[in-house]
Amino acid sequence: MSATAEAVTSQAAAWSVDPKDTVMDCRLQKIFYGDFLAVRNSHVPIEKNRITGFIGPSGCGKSTVLRSLNRMNDLIPVFRFEGSVTYHGQDIYDKSVDPVLVRRYIGMVFQQPNPFSMSIYDNVAFGLRLNRFKGDMDERVEKALRSAALWTEVKDKLKNSGLSLSGGQQQRLCIARAVATEPDVLLMDEPCSALDPIATRQVEELMLELKENYSVALVTHNMQQATRVADTTAFFSVDISQGGRTGYLVEMGETRQVFEDPQASLTKEYVLGEFS
Amino acid sequence: MTSNLSEAVLEQDLASMPQLKGSLLEGRGLKSRLYTGITWVLAVLAALPLFSVLYMLIAKGGARISWETLTALPPVAFEFGGGIGPAIVGTAVMVLIGSTISIPIGILAAIYLAEIDPYSSLAQTARFLAKVLTGFPSILAGVFVYASLVVVMKTYSAWAGGIALAVLMLPTIILTAEEALKQVPQKMKDAAYGMGCTRAQVIGKVTLPTGIPGVVTGILLAVAGAAGESAPLLFTALFSTYYINGIEGLGEPTSSLSILIYNFSGMPYDNQIELAWTASLVLVLIILVFNILARVLGRQKY
Repeated sequence: MSATAEAVTSQAAAWSVDPKDTVMDCRLQKIFYGDFLAVRNSHVPIEKNRITGFIGPSGCGKSTVLRSLNRMNDLIPVFRFEGSVTYHGQDIYDKSVDPVLVRRYIGMVFQQPNPFSMSIYDNVAFGLRLNRFKGDMDERVEKALRSAALWTEVKDKLKNSGLSLSGGQQQRLCIARAVATEPDVLLMDEPCSALDPIATRQVEELMLELKENYSVALVTHNMQQATRVADTTAFFSVDISQGGRTGYLVEMGETRQVFEDPQASLTKEYVLGEFS
Repeated sequence: MTSNLSEAVLEQDLASMPQLKGSLLEGRGLKSRLYTGITWVLAVLAALPLFSVLYMLIAKGGARISWETLTALPPVAFEFGGGIGPAIVGTAVMVLIGSTISIPIGILAAIYLAEIDPYSSLAQTARFLAKVLTGFPSILAGVFVYASLVVVMKTYSAWAGGIALAVLMLPTIILTAEEALKQVPQKMKDAAYGMGCTRAQVIGKVTLPTGIPGVVTGILLAVAGAAGESAPLLFTALFSTYYINGIEGLGEPTSSLSILIYNFSGMPYDNQIELAWTASLVLVLIILVFNILARVLGRQKY
């Protein structure tokens, strides 16, 4: 291992959180796509009731790391994960773990709004029905739509298609769908990249409300967004020194510290806008 | 004085303005109108055969449409009256047998081709064969079922006819259903996986319901096509002048609209020829209904 990589590892380890405040603890050694080493040596804890922002240039592996947290990457046949992701004391990459079940506890919101081609109500009820929820469905749907700040806009047209909503509303519908089953972690992969500024603002406000009840990991390409909503920020970068394009965690800390007093020179250059 | 001046300025302005007024006879506009006119004429020409066939069928077959004609047994030789009842039932039953076989197989095959393993050599071979089969002369489907079933069972039957229709319906259903399932956006499937669906649940709860209008369209077009087939039934179901008699009757030669039209149109009796026209009209109406159904059910609900 090169000297820089070791320095990186020790730096990443410098950000330590009290284990009881950590809802997920990702200690990855290597992520491969086939022979391609996509991400290496990164320790990313996701803290309870806080928003952890993942920032970094394109190709730095931030989305890959996020998608490793609910085993979404397992859908890619050539994907291989080395390391561990602890969730409530269990390694979700343990052989005995069913990735399908992992995804029921760790919700995900995607880059593109992707409601199902069904009614608004059925979109939100989807996960509940999947989990054979037996209680008051109407109440839970309303609760989820309220927590996604969408209830007042759609309460009179719950039978309409989810696809009839505007882009921002669709994304909030997807958030409602994700929180309906009350997962304790919510992974958001650039949830505002397809939205206009007003819708982005609404979704950001929503994230700040959601962290009361959920722990959020947020990938964002937008540094302003990270400073506005993230409590903790993880900065990833790409190492092209050994001929590949391998992403790794450069620095992680309180958002204010990462942006105002970055420890690594790479972080400093990035947050000052000197490269991206 | 001032108004004269401003008018002069205005005139000068007009002279320097871009010339935007087109002329009717100017080259480009004329060509454009000419081509538009040609497409109009050709569109009308293309619709002409369909409408003339419909007109002829209504003119020649419409008169005999009555409850009696639709239910009665076909006449023999110099008999008057009679109808096409057994043929309607026979066509319906054989299309039903064909659908029962080909729809489940077709949809499952399409799921495999579109979702399970689209690039495997099995999928590629199956897809290629289905495409070849769509251009398959329908009479060969009849010969195939004749050789493999009719000869073995030693009788023509509704079963054999239905199976021959299934052979013809299958490729259409597979290919249209595969296309319909492939139209379902990947991001929707990702959302379902992200909710914690197994692959079977993703297909059952998201892919299939989202793609179903296209699948239904394919099925109904295959059904409409099968209802009009005559060649494959010639070797398999043959013909009968009686209604299918219960389940056991399915093992006997069976009447169908298309074969009735073929048989009766060549007869030297006016009554039979009139009935052949009526049967043609009924057949076209059945196919029309299925096409309209395909349109209606093919609309996206959400």
